[in-house]
Amino acid sequence: MNFHRRISIARYRYGEQLWGIGLSAPAFILMILLMLGPIALTMLLSLTDWQLGMGNFSWIGLKNYESAVNDPIFWKSLFNTSVYVAVVMTGSIGLGLLLALMINQLSFGKGFYRTLFFLPVMASLVAMTIVWEFLLHPEFGLINQLLTALGGTPNNWLRDEDWALAALCVIGIWHQAGFNMVLFIAGLTAIPKFLYEAADIDGVPPGFSRFRHITWPLLGPVTLFIVVMTAIKAFQVFDTVQILTQGGPSYSSEVLLLTIYKEGFEYFRTGYAAALTVVFLTLVILVTVVKSLFLEKKVKYT
Amino acid sequence: MGRLQPTLKRWYPELLRHAFLIMLAAVMVMPFIWMVLTSFKPANEIFSNEINWLPGHWALIENYTRALTNTSLIRYMGNGLLVVVAILILQFLVSIPAAYALAKLSFPGRFAMFICVLACLMIPAQAVAIPWYLQLHYVGILDSYWALILPFTLSVFGIFLLRQFFIGIPDDLIDAARMDGMNEFRIIWSVVVPNSIPALISFGIFSVIAHWNDYFWPLIVLNDQDYYTPTLGVVDFRNAESGSDYGALMAAATIVVLPLLVAFLLAQRRFIEGISTAGMK
Repeated sequence: MNFHRRISIARYRYGEQLWGIGLSAPAFILMILLMLGPIALTMLLSLTDWQLGMGNFSWIGLKNYESAVNDPIFWKSLFNTSVYVAVVMTGSIGLGLLLALMINQLSFGKGFYRTLFFLPVMASLVAMTIVWEFLLHPEFGLINQLLTALGGTPNNWLRDEDWALAALCVIGIWHQAGFNMVLFIAGLTAIPKFLYEAADIDGVPPGFSRFRHITWPLLGPVTLFIVVMTAIKAFQVFDTVQILTQGGPSYSSEVLLLTIYKEGFEYFRTGYAAALTVVFLTLVILVTVVKSLFLEKKVKYT
Repeated sequence: MGRLQPTLKRWYPELLRHAFLIMLAAVMVMPFIWMVLTSFKPANEIFSNEINWLPGHWALIENYTRALTNTSLIRYMGNGLLVVVAILILQFLVSIPAAYALAKLSFPGRFAMFICVLACLMIPAQAVAIPWYLQLHYVGILDSYWALILPFTLSVFGIFLLRQFFIGIPDDLIDAARMDGMNEFRIIWSVVVPNSIPALISFGIFSVIAHWNDYFWPLIVLNDQDYYTPTLGVVDFRNAESGSDYGALMAAATIVVLPLLVAFLLAQRRFIEGISTAGMK
């Protein structure tokens, strides 16, 4: 029996390699066709002056990158994207942590709140963006009506240079906070209870000092992880901006992906859009690499 | 009285937390409440200078009828369903065998393949949108279901996630199946898949939500309204009625949000797990 088993396993080893190649081949081919090839193509295109629909093009070296550097709209777009990322990160992580801490200490109703705060995460952001537009309506929007009732001054939020980006940030935080809350709750649940019991014995008062000395340090890896996740998502902000402001008024809410979309698919300046895409991808990869350097060994995924 | 006081003292922070959370929850859920309430109201109550929480006169049927007849919303929902299901099936067909090979078989190029998967994990779809568009343009299938489906047949995230899960399946189980004379296809179908249902469901939920809610890609490849997905449809409706018919617009938004919302409320734990697995990306 043992002998036969060994023979059949040995015979099998020849086949195993073939099976391995065969089973992974479709995915491998698609990876070349849909990911690695396109990245290489984007890089090549970024060195040309090609416009979609044109028959010929010429190699222009780094001219597209030069035009980007000399284009104030590109800088405005990069600046707005950074502001958006910073604000949404701070807001949604702060709110997510606060909610997680509160909910984690409840003796009943945890699931109820978790569900409510998670609703914005999974609802269609596009449909909810249209609802937000109505909420922000200058005359008949609930937000202005509530403001007026409370004695504040109503505003045309999305048409106001000083407020358009802020309004988009609020929607971003609203959309993202529940997601971070869930990850924080998972992180809190993983903190061993005996640490708090030990703190009881040592006389560490409940509240902030316990948070500072036990909860926060142990949440560290999870927090770093959430920071990176949120940053990458915020970098990709597009839906809300495209629907609500188109980057206006006067580029006050222009963001990177919107610039790429306009250049590539509205003006069809393919070469230039490709160069901007390379910038965008570099930023995203930079964040991911930083994450791998700091996190790979500290965070347990499962 | 002597017994009441400690109880009160114990419950006081809890009550405070509930009060705070209820208030915050009311703010967070307000867009949903306002959407649904507005979809019940007639125009004169919507375009009013005072806040009417509940409709005085119910215009529910009129609003929803207009949402469904002034647009092809039902068709768009059908398109959305078709695209989401097709993408999911193709993603499973491509990523399950690949993930199995990476997890359980040794073959030349396995390491290189895995490095490729890790590298591709970093690439967001928007970064390859231009070449995808060109490929579809030159094949001549822009403006079709294929344009919505084909670019997403590969999910490197799916391969990565499933590989991690498949590694945990005991080798003995697979060897035993081989001893029974099963080939690798049979092993995947009757040993690996049945033992990985939670991971498959998590990934499925993640994929369905991502593509039902996607806006960037359909916006780029579609002109023809026949292929519109729900997100494009609702934005198109909003552009067409340009602020004159919020009742019907909110009804349309409700219809688009509702399917996933109901599914979420029915299977919350799975959904939260499914979406949080995206955190591994």
